[in-house]
Amino acid sequence: MTFSDWIAEPVNWVFAAIGLAVLFSGFRVVTSKNVVHAALYLVGALAGTAGLFLLMSAEFVAWVLVLVYIGAVIVLFLFGIMITRAPTGLDESLSSDQTAMPALLSAAVFVVMTWASIDAFGTELLATVGEATSTQVIGESLLGRFVIPFEVVSFVLLAALIGGITIARRDLTPVEEEERMSV
Amino acid sequence: MLLNQFLVLGAALFAFGVYGLLVRRNVVLILLSVELMLNAVNINLIAFESYLVSAQAVGQVFAIFVITVAAAEVGIGLAIVLMIFRNRKSANVDDLSLMRW
Repeated sequence: MTFSDWIAEPVNWVFAAIGLAVLFSGFRVVTSKNVVHAALYLVGALAGTAGLFLLMSAEFVAWVLVLVYIGAVIVLFLFGIMITRAPTGLDESLSSDQTAMPALLSAAVFVVMTWASIDAFGTELLATVGEATSTQVIGESLLGRFVIPFEVVSFVLLAALIGGITIARRDLTPVEEEERMSV
Repeated sequence: MLLNQFLVLGAALFAFGVYGLLVRRNVVLILLSVELMLNAVNINLIAFESYLVSAQAVGQVFAIFVITVAAAEVGIGLAIVLMIFRNRKSANVDDLSLMRW
């Protein structure tokens, strides 16, 4: 398959547009000198990823991604940024000065993974492009074959909830404790 | 669409995440980089599901598990960051060298 064959399919134009947006946002997440901007660029990367999921006809996961990540996790991150009073303006000290070795390492990771996947899959095509995946299948799978992992993961969420509250809670000072007891 | 175009995009996002994890100093930004890497994993899972097409949508179910665990990780992670900030008045990893030999 040549590049002109590839680009002739309209769905690949959409992929190229979303993919470039995701790559740009992802790059800005790790290089932005403003904490809030980094978190907001992550929104762009995640929204683009949800678009890619829609292209691969995984509608349910796409909307779960939008709801859970963009709706909840990013808000949590912004809370974290505000609470830790991270400098919200430009800040040169957000990143370490030693960027050469990390860049080299991540480039090596990229080259190895790309080489492996191109070597293994070449020009194999996706099978489900343009078809809708039934959410019923996912539901039956979650409550059938994967019911134990499903319960375990819900337990993990519960434990994380309780753990998060316990860790983040401020212990009362003796004076405050006395005040509370007297009420 | 090719399978590889998604795998290469996922690899690039993962590489960005690795770079951010190593270069960033602020703990919240390190967690953001981890989210980027988990997101790359999700792209791969969905791409392989779309390529292999299992009867029970295994790849999509796994992607949902990854999203759930990532949400739990962020909750605990930010609680720990909050606690570190409260005790040391800093969210910079360079300042957190108490347990380093």
